[in-house]
Amino acid sequence: MLLVKKPGVLTTVQDLGRPNAIAAGVPAGGAMDRFAHRAANLLVGNDEGAATLECTLSGPELVALENCLVAVTGADFDPRVNGEPEPTWTGMFLGRGDELSFAGRRQGGRAYIAVAGGIAADRWLASMSTNLMTARGGMHGRQLLAGDVIAAAGEASAPAISGRHLGHNLRPDYADHTLGAIAGPHIRRLGAEGRKTLFSSEFTVSRDADRMGYRLEGPGLDASGDELLSFGLAAGALQVPRSGQPILLMADHQTAGGYPVVATVASAAMPVAAQLLPGDKLWFAEVSVEGALKLRAAQRAALDLIKS
Amino acid sequence: MPAPRSTTRVRTHPLGDAALLAELGTRLDTALNTRAIALANALRKRRDVRQAVPGYASVTVHFDPDQTTHEALAASIKRLASKRPPMAEPGRLHRIPVVYDGPDLETVAAKLGLSPAKVAEVHARPIYRVFLVGFVPGWAYLGPLPKELELPRRHVPRTRVPAGSVAIAGRQSGIYPLATPGGWHLIGRTSVKLFLPDSDPPSLFRAGDRVKFFAART
Repeated sequence: MLLVKKPGVLTTVQDLGRPNAIAAGVPAGGAMDRFAHRAANLLVGNDEGAATLECTLSGPELVALENCLVAVTGADFDPRVNGEPEPTWTGMFLGRGDELSFAGRRQGGRAYIAVAGGIAADRWLASMSTNLMTARGGMHGRQLLAGDVIAAAGEASAPAISGRHLGHNLRPDYADHTLGAIAGPHIRRLGAEGRKTLFSSEFTVSRDADRMGYRLEGPGLDASGDELLSFGLAAGALQVPRSGQPILLMADHQTAGGYPVVATVASAAMPVAAQLLPGDKLWFAEVSVEGALKLRAAQRAALDLIKS
Repeated sequence: MPAPRSTTRVRTHPLGDAALLAELGTRLDTALNTRAIALANALRKRRDVRQAVPGYASVTVHFDPDQTTHEALAASIKRLASKRPPMAEPGRLHRIPVVYDGPDLETVAAKLGLSPAKVAEVHARPIYRVFLVGFVPGWAYLGPLPKELELPRRHVPRTRVPAGSVAIAGRQSGIYPLATPGGWHLIGRTSVKLFLPDSDPPSLFRAGDRVKFFAART
């Protein structure tokens, strides 16, 4: 249905991941920016869990081999159809031979492309998400390459209508890098001063940043104490190893670890976290569980508007 | 005589807005681990729980915040944990052949004041418990390692440890399922595959299983 002319820097097939595999040590994985992934699907009439393309740093060049309905969400890489600018967060038809390309990155780090009917890909442990470490799922466990053909998985669950759109005010504000975070199981290890440092300082995403997690640079945090027994982790958890430079765990994070977790980013703030790139500045703002759930409900309501 | 009443106290902590960490204790202890596995199994049956993963002495619970709250789940966990856990089933026993010729065997032996053959013999003596499966696909934390072999991790981790390497660190042993970076001491290797991508679950070992190593020539 779509021919990959150029794959982009790192384009992988992702869905909502494989949470049932964590007990075997397999990362849950899935789209880094779940809001953009879900929205892209809904804009073309798919279920939220259909597979999309996650495009990191740059977009691919795709040629439609037949008529299809697509939507581009998440980062703004300046999408073009046959060279003409097209809006993001909007369902649009591609005719046979039309070329979807991207002129360049304007904001954010990860864009999502959904196709009506969902993308057909290898299913591994109940998910089509690409796991690069084990080379499973998605497009044969690897990133897209030139010459790949992306096929539709089936029919969209809603009618193919172009022009479905999600307004600016209903999307996450990717320019605001203040991430709401809930105090973590080992926050006390930081002491009052360290806690203040965590929730008031500027951090920078280091070069060591990928789908597994981001190593952050900033003021050192001291969470030392007795060695912890390894325990199960969650995306958004902020680990503090002995170096004092925290690690923010992302979608493909290791399933268990023994470093103290001083905070966990609210699920509604993970879409913004997913758009960060090396060199980006960020801050953590302490939120209560209730506060985090309110943000989550607001995002849910925004997505439901697309369906209505 | 009535069974002693459990005195396990559970502490629950939010791990974000859709997960929590329930800690049963802070010791490396088979009884605590048995309870953690039983608690995870009980929690997994609930509709509001998406996944419950046992740690050494804890359970990480991923839940649907539209169906339950931290408080409600924490109260249920306290109730479940105060019950006497079901009799621990003896986990499946895996016999794993090991060629004791790891690149760290000589150094480990020297540090411990033992011969390399003695290190191998002591390592193959116990029946280990799988305390936890996780970290990378198929990795299992095995223990307890005999005290005679206790060493801190390597100062400088290796950037690549070959799959199948049998390793020790602290009071634990493990087998690298995939070629990954690693800081444990490599004392041997096995041909047994730990990560089974075409099986479900894709890990040979499950929490609660037992593992017996034996020396092999090749």
